[in-house]
Amino acid sequence: MPAATTETQHKQSGNLPSGPSLLLRGLRKAYADVVAVDGVDLEVARGECFGLLGPNGAGKTTTIEICEGLTTPDAGTVELLGLNWRSSANQLRHRIGIQLQETQFPDKLTVEETLTLFRSFFHHGISVDESIKTAQLEEKRKSRVGGLSGGQKQRLAMACALVGDPELLFLDEPTTGLDPQARRHLWDLVDDLKRAGRTIILTTHYMDEAERLCDRVAIMDHGKIIALGTPQQLIASIGGEHIVEFAVGTDAAVDPARLLAIPGIQSHRVDAGLHQLSVSELHTAVPRIFAALNEQGLHLSEFRTHSATLEDVFVGLTGRNLRDE
Amino acid sequence: MSSIQTSSLYQLTMTRFRLFLREPEAIFWIFIFPILLAVGLGIAFRNRPADILQVGATTAQLALALNADHGLTASTLDESTGTHQLATGQILLLAIQTPHDVEYKYDDTNPDARTARLIADRAIQTAAGRQEAVASSNQLIHETGARYIDFVVPGLLGMNLMGSAIWGLGFAIVEARQKKLLKRLVASPMPRWQYLASYLLSRLVMLVIEVVAFLGFARLVFGVPFRGSLIELGLLCVLTSLSFSALGLLVASRARTMEAASGLMNVAMLPMWILSGVFFSASRFPKIIQPFVQALPLTAAIDALRGNMLQGMHLNQLVTPIAILLAWLIVPFAISLRIFRWK
Repeated sequence: MPAATTETQHKQSGNLPSGPSLLLRGLRKAYADVVAVDGVDLEVARGECFGLLGPNGAGKTTTIEICEGLTTPDAGTVELLGLNWRSSANQLRHRIGIQLQETQFPDKLTVEETLTLFRSFFHHGISVDESIKTAQLEEKRKSRVGGLSGGQKQRLAMACALVGDPELLFLDEPTTGLDPQARRHLWDLVDDLKRAGRTIILTTHYMDEAERLCDRVAIMDHGKIIALGTPQQLIASIGGEHIVEFAVGTDAAVDPARLLAIPGIQSHRVDAGLHQLSVSELHTAVPRIFAALNEQGLHLSEFRTHSATLEDVFVGLTGRNLRDE
Repeated sequence: MSSIQTSSLYQLTMTRFRLFLREPEAIFWIFIFPILLAVGLGIAFRNRPADILQVGATTAQLALALNADHGLTASTLDESTGTHQLATGQILLLAIQTPHDVEYKYDDTNPDARTARLIADRAIQTAAGRQEAVASSNQLIHETGARYIDFVVPGLLGMNLMGSAIWGLGFAIVEARQKKLLKRLVASPMPRWQYLASYLLSRLVMLVIEVVAFLGFARLVFGVPFRGSLIELGLLCVLTSLSFSALGLLVASRARTMEAASGLMNVAMLPMWILSGVFFSASRFPKIIQPFVQALPLTAAIDALRGNMLQGMHLNQLVTPIAILLAWLIVPFAISLRIFRWK
């Protein structure tokens, strides 16, 4: 990919300081009755694709809007590309790309007109044609925004974030509300941007999206970061890489102690009648689970296993399901 | 593309034009509606020749005497038919010949009937041989510039400048805020002043089209006079439009929803529609509220426009309304810059 080469050369040319792209220290923001962000520290390296995960209301959007200079924090420091908003706001706006949640571009402008408008705000950047090509909107170039599908609108928002050729790209819930095909399409687009060497910070409440796209993720809940690492590290941290879920037909109580005694079983919890075990040695543990339940005279009405996901990490950390929020 | 075309101010202004021209309703309200209103009022208040009044008489001799006057047409009726026609409004007055004199039957609360009474009596007395004590003659005026349509055109122009500026700015800004577009724009390096300036620039260009279309129509169809300098009239239109744009900006500076904005705009404009003398002179309102009426920007705008168009006044004779308009330009603009909600 030619773009990737250019970017790499750009990075190696040494005219950029080598510090982190984003640095947050002790960030705090409270609204009338809620503490939205409660002491967040974070560092994102250059070229990294970083995900902020969490349920709705966890403080992701407030955090990212503080980074984007749209919200002023009550306390803490924010540094982007070695600069801060207080002294270098205008320079920063030229160097970052932003895609906000729920921006509705005017329905009666065309894709090309919208991008030409946004391009005019930046001193340097890619051409409108190039941004249309990157977002794969060539066929919609002359179409009005009002006639675009949800996925196309989201790709237009992405193209608007890219016209200034940003070093740092913020994507706030880029796939919320899209159908599965449009989501995958957008993921491919983010993959391309990653390969081009841009630093990307995205928020999402889809754990599969974070696992698929992000080099590193921070899980947020109630304004705090409760876990930080690569998706693999976080999944490993819950002890077992497999999850076994089962339900028994009757109200008969399952004795958790007998299950936990089985080698390879790390934890047990019950959620709405569904028992969840995190398991490290699936092939040896499963026969023993059957045996243990049999001995207690219990009949299985459901039994399934899956590889542990970030969803399970969130459940393990908070005791709540993401989707319940 | 040239450097002008890639400048953000040019692009923002072009965006305003595109969005405006792609909104058919807006084009109707700003360009077509004032012309339709002028046509309607022109027809309703056109200057008709003086009415000829319908009367009745009980004898042919009386009818002959009445018909001798150009202001009356009389028919011969018996008393009961005449009374019936009076009751149904077909005639205004019935002249009844009695053995000794003439009796007039009419409704004295109807001004036309009272006029008919005066003319009928004059005609009958003249026919009977009365001589006027003093010789008199009439000089009639049907001059342009003194008609109702001449009075109402500057009023409609002022009202239209107010509506297009306040609606044009208010709705567009609040819509952008509601759709989070404003937030997206301020997150980009767009200079914020250029966003507001693009509204004023597009307004000024639209103003030329709007004013030329409306006044051109009024001139061609009704022969409305332009007694003052056209350049000064143009300057007054620009000042009026900028003042109302500032007011529109103020109305739109905080509102988060279209409903709230719409309510605020009506609150701002309603008193002016009623009090500012669009359709009749603002001086008809009671003395006690005159200071308020005179301080309204639409009153000042219409006074200045009428002064220019109907009386041929120069800007130096219109200092008071111009000062009021300038105050309405500066104060709301300064306030809205301070309180404008970008997010």
